Amino acid sequence: MTDLVVKSCGPMTSLQDRGRLGYQGFGVSPSGAMDRRALAMANALVGNAPEAAAIEFMNLGGAFICEGGDLHLALVGAGCSLSIDGTPVAPQTSVLLREGQALEVGHPRTGTFAYLAVAGGFAVEPELGSLSFHLRSRLGGLKGVPLEAGDRLPCRPEAQDREAMQLAVDLTEESGPFRVMMGPQDDYFTPETIRTFLESEFTISPQADRMGFQLTGPRLEHAKGFNIVSDGIVDGHIQVPGSGQPIVLMRDRQTAGGYPKIATMISADLARFAQMRPGMSVRFKAVKRDEAVAAARRLKERIASLPSSLTPVRFNLTTEHLLSRNLIGGTIDALAPATADPSD
Amino acid sequence: MAHRMDAPLPDRQQYEMRDLRLFRIVKRCIVPTPKILPCGDSAVTIEFGDTIDPDINGMVLALDDIVRARAPAGLIETVPTYRSLTIQYDPVATDYDALVKLLNEETKDLAPRNAVGRRWRVPVVYGGEYGIDLEEVAALHGLTPHQVIEIHSSAVYRIYMIGFLPGFTYLGGLDKRIATSRRLHPRAKIPAGTIMIGGEQAGIAPMDMPSGWHNLGLTPVRPYAPGRNPVFLFAAGDEIVFEPVDASRWEALEKAAQAGEPVAEEVRR
Repeated sequence: MTDLVVKSCGPMTSLQDRGRLGYQGFGVSPSGAMDRRALAMANALVGNAPEAAAIEFMNLGGAFICEGGDLHLALVGAGCSLSIDGTPVAPQTSVLLREGQALEVGHPRTGTFAYLAVAGGFAVEPELGSLSFHLRSRLGGLKGVPLEAGDRLPCRPEAQDREAMQLAVDLTEESGPFRVMMGPQDDYFTPETIRTFLESEFTISPQADRMGFQLTGPRLEHAKGFNIVSDGIVDGHIQVPGSGQPIVLMRDRQTAGGYPKIATMISADLARFAQMRPGMSVRFKAVKRDEAVAAARRLKERIASLPSSLTPVRFNLTTEHLLSRNLIGGTIDALAPATADPSD
Repeated sequence: MAHRMDAPLPDRQQYEMRDLRLFRIVKRCIVPTPKILPCGDSAVTIEFGDTIDPDINGMVLALDDIVRARAPAGLIETVPTYRSLTIQYDPVATDYDALVKLLNEETKDLAPRNAVGRRWRVPVVYGGEYGIDLEEVAALHGLTPHQVIEIHSSAVYRIYMIGFLPGFTYLGGLDKRIATSRRLHPRAKIPAGTIMIGGEQAGIAPMDMPSGWHNLGLTPVRPYAPGRNPVFLFAAGDEIVFEPVDASRWEALEKAAQAGEPVAEEVRR
């Protein structure tokens, strides 16, 4: 067995895949990768299925060493740098990490979450059908806690004999307001409040984690109280507690909750929203189902076509040359006025 | 027909004996038409009411059975709660209009789930170091600790839903005489197996967890045990009765639970 050994990493570094589906009725949060576009890109580069488990970095990078064999891997997301024994690896490429070499993942710069995928995935036993780590359930990962120095991630030696690849498309190049569908409890708010919600700018507060992003902005007044009998929650629900400050619920959210949800972010925009950092401003735009489903279909198709956008890395291309081709362009500037609709 | 928490929970066998047509007529008068609430492009919630009521919860569970059995294309999972069913699906693989049509058809003459859930006997050692709030709760209500134990362990509790944490049961059926507002200062950590009450609700801690409820006792039963088969002991719609045991019995059961035994016993009504 070849191991990727953790030398150091941030406190919320974890394995994440598609998520733990099918157990919400038993109180188990789905969890899963916060940016499934970046996860799919990293996986495509090493020949994995789009939702295979990868190491998710949150806010901080990490250092690893390769033991017992070579590993073919790729890092995508949040403008993180990657280097092997101090030599930078070109963005959007996969690379062979030789036995004994040190891998360094830089801190996320343009967002919050980055994904390190290894060819063949990690040889870790799933819990309730998933490798995704979930803090409150103490499920997933290696032992129900985040990754920490000294952890050994077993990998499949037979999957590592691959050619280094580069990816010509970047699914994370998107901008514009975040699209929502109103409801399920928009009737708990007055028309004025709904206008305020759709026409104001909100700021991502420092209370932003895998469970949810607390926003600050104009107070959203409730028309008929803020306590409801707990009902089901989904990713992207925007709930408004008594403070009048909305919270966008993310993948580690609970399965049910007792605050009215004014709107729900469309599934295609959730990954981009997850990369918004504290202090950034966001706006919401109400859309109809047709547009939301079309965006979901487009994202699904783009993820499915990633393998066809791979080309072998040519050895005469230097890192500088690749960088000059702006393969990782499109850092999102949420502070800039939103003009383009990403579905256009 | 708001359910009063001090009234005995209706026996679901009553429904079997009722004339179904009469039941449906009565139901239309007491339960408003369910609301279909879209939750973005990947989920929809069917809301049967906005109160905690066994009939409403029974409808939720009945619809849950139907949706899971019919498994519409693109279905990912269903989440039953007190009063509503949330259906999560793949927006690309699911025909939303067809799903809504199915839901409208199936809710039209829906009766609360007839099949009787299981009833579980859960052993509890009350008070002392096992239930550090027992005396305080008793004093608050002008009762002796013994009376609180008797009241708590003579009710039949219904599992309305499971949520918050893996295997956390939201139990209805707490006797109003011991209903107790939540603690002013929640505790950061209470042990797995804590038998607790909060407001008119009761619960069993499936793992160490934060809680603002009052701890009456401790059970060796693990509602959730990764690695055990089954991982989750209880399901929404099941019933629970608590059986007071002494500390030595608790020790023996705790050993069995550690060895992977369910310890909770399924009992006949």
